[in-house]
Amino acid sequence: MADQMTIRETAAPAVGVRVPSANIYAPQWRNFVFVAPFLFFFTTLLILPLFWGMWLSVHKADTFSTGRFVGLDNYVRLVHDKVFLQSVWNTFYFVLLTVPALALIGLFLALCLNRRTRTAAVLRTLFFSSSVLSVTIVTLIWRIVYIPNVGLLSTIYGWFGATAPAFISDPSLAMIGIAIATIWWCIGLPMMLFLSALQQIPQDIYEAAALDNANRWQTLRSITLPSIKRTFILVIIIQIVLQFQLFGQAWLMTRGGPNNLTKPIVLYIYDTAFRRWDLGMGAAASEMLFVLILIAAMAQYLVTRNKGDQA
Amino acid sequence: MTANIEIRNVSKQFGAMTVLDDLSLSIRAREFIVFLGPSGCGKSTLLRMIAGLETVDGGEIAINGERIDHLPPGKRGIAMVFQSYALYPHMTVRDNMAFGLDNIGVARDVIDARIAEAARILEMPQLLDRKPGQLSGGQRQRVAIGRAIVKEPKAFLFDEPLSNLDAALRTRTRIELAQLHQRLQSTMIFVTHDQVEAMTLADRIVVMNNRRIEQIGSPMEIYERPATKFVAGFVGAPAMNFVDAAIDRSGDVITVTFADSTTIATDIASNQVVDGAHTFGVRAEDVRIAPTGQGNVDGKVDVLERLGERTLVYTRLSDGQIIVASDAGNSRVAVGDTVGLAFDGRKSHLFDETGRAWHARRA
Repeated sequence: MADQMTIRETAAPAVGVRVPSANIYAPQWRNFVFVAPFLFFFTTLLILPLFWGMWLSVHKADTFSTGRFVGLDNYVRLVHDKVFLQSVWNTFYFVLLTVPALALIGLFLALCLNRRTRTAAVLRTLFFSSSVLSVTIVTLIWRIVYIPNVGLLSTIYGWFGATAPAFISDPSLAMIGIAIATIWWCIGLPMMLFLSALQQIPQDIYEAAALDNANRWQTLRSITLPSIKRTFILVIIIQIVLQFQLFGQAWLMTRGGPNNLTKPIVLYIYDTAFRRWDLGMGAAASEMLFVLILIAAMAQYLVTRNKGDQA
Repeated sequence: MTANIEIRNVSKQFGAMTVLDDLSLSIRAREFIVFLGPSGCGKSTLLRMIAGLETVDGGEIAINGERIDHLPPGKRGIAMVFQSYALYPHMTVRDNMAFGLDNIGVARDVIDARIAEAARILEMPQLLDRKPGQLSGGQRQRVAIGRAIVKEPKAFLFDEPLSNLDAALRTRTRIELAQLHQRLQSTMIFVTHDQVEAMTLADRIVVMNNRRIEQIGSPMEIYERPATKFVAGFVGAPAMNFVDAAIDRSGDVITVTFADSTTIATDIASNQVVDGAHTFGVRAEDVRIAPTGQGNVDGKVDVLERLGERTLVYTRLSDGQIIVASDAGNSRVAVGDTVGLAFDGRKSHLFDETGRAWHARRA
C-alpha cells in the first residue's frame, strides 16, 4: 500500500527523461543529519566516558599515563577507605534528609498554590525562582543566613534572646544546614511537577466526591493522592538521582568538613581524582556511585509500582 | 425515598452574563422530568445548581419543602450521574460505589447489601472487582448509575448521561433508564439536548432556551401544542414547516394566505388571535403528497430521505420556500417531480411576531 502512494512531479518532465516517483513513506537518510549533532555529543560526552570510566576503574591511572591493569584493586582499596565509607554514609544521610522533604514540601506547596488567583500565581513564581539561581549564589545566601552572631538566623534568634544553632560548624548540624539550603534551592521543580499533575485531575471527579460527602481530608486521601501517585514516584526518582550527586553546596559551604562529616561521594571522587590524581580510584568511586543511584531509583520504582492500576 | 423539588425565582450569573433568569419550576415526587434545550440554554447549570455544584445567585431551591440551596452537595440527599461518568479511576467498581456510603459512616454490611442489590439490578455483579479503565463505555455508565442507586437518594440527577454512548447502546440504556425509574419510583431529573431521549423518557419535559423556560408539559403536549415557535421548531424531526402568512379572522376559524395566494383553512379560533404578521406552521406528517394540482399548493421535489417506514419529501415552492412532507415508506415520488402538497388545516399552528403559538380548537 505504502509503496503505491507516490507523489508525482507537477511540472511536466521533458520527453524521454525518466522521473522517479517519490514514496513519502520511504526512509530518507538525509533526515539523519538532523539527529546527528545530538547523537555525536551524546556518544562522545556520555556513552564513551561511561565505558572509559569503567575501563579506568580497573587500571592504575594518573593524569599523565594510564598504567597497568589492576583488576578490582581500586574497588578493594575503596571499601577499605574510611573516608570513602564516611562519604557514602554522608550521601545517604543527605538523600534521606532532602528527598522526602522535597517531595512532601513540594506536594504541600502545589496543593496550596493550585488555584487561579493572582496571589497563587505570584507565589508559584516566587517558590520556583530559587531554582534558577546558581549553586554559588544559593550557598552564598545561606552562608549569610548561617553566619554566627551577625547572620539572619542569629539575628532572629537574638530577638528572642536565644543563640542560633551553628549550622555550618556543629558536626551534628552541618549536613542538616546543607540540606536546608538544598531544599530551598530545589523545591521549584517538585512543586511544578506536582502542580501539573494536579491540574490534570478531571474536575468532575472532585464534583462526584463532593456529592459523595467526602470532606477535604477524604478527598485528598482518596482522590488527589492516588491520582498523582505516578508523579510522586517520578519526583522521588528524579530527586534521588539529583541529590546523590551533591557536590557544589558541600564544597562551597563546608569543604566537606567538619572532619569529613559533610563530604559526599562526588566530593570524594573530586578529591581522589583531581587533587590526589588517583584517576583509577576516582573512576572506581564513580562507578560505585552510579550503581548506588541505579539501585536506589530502581528500588523506589519497584516498591511503589502498582500492578494493574489503570487510569 | 422520593422527593418533590421546588425551584423558586432562581437566577444565575457567570460574571456579567446571566445564564438563568428568574426561573421557577415544581417537580413532583416520583416524576421523571427532562430539561431539554440547545447547548448553552442553561439546562446543565440548573441541574448543577440543584446538585450544589453551582451557587444560586437569586431565588431558592427546596426539596420536600426544605431549603437546600445553602447546603453542600453531599448533604442534599441527591445523586448525580455525570456525562463523563466521573468514576474514581484508581478504585474498583465496588469501592466506587462504597465511597459515598463509607464517608457518612454507613455500616459495612449495609454497604455490601446495597452494592449487591445495585449490581443485581444493573446486571453487573461480575464487574465489581474491576477498575473503570478495564470497562467499556456502557459498563462505566452502569457503574455510574449504580453509584447513584446505592446512595438511595431522594432524587437522581442525570447530566446528559447517554451522549458518550454509541447509537445502539444509547437506545438500550434509554429503555433501561425508563425501567429503572419504574422500579425505583424515584424523582429523576435528566438533562439532554436530544429530543428523542426527552420524548421517550419524560413524564414532563421542560423546554429551555436562552436563560428561561419556554414550556413545561408532557411529551405529547409539547409536540402537539408547542407554546412557542422555538419549541415547535426544536421538538420534532424534521423540524416543523414554517411559512409566512397573512390571516383572515372574518370567520369562526382563521384562514391563512401565503404570499403566492394559496389559502388554507385552519381550525384555530379567530377570537383568540390579534392582527399582525404571522407564521403558519405544520408538521411534515400533516402535509400529504397529492397528485399535481390537487393539493393546496404544488412543489418541486428537491431531496428524498427514505427512512424505511416513511419517506421525507423536501419540496421547493414557487417562491423558494422549502416544505417537508411525509409520504409512505414505499413512496414513488422521485427527485425533480412536481407534486401537490395537501396541508391538514386542523393540525396546523399559528405563531405571532413574539413567537407565541395558537393551536386548533381542542376536540
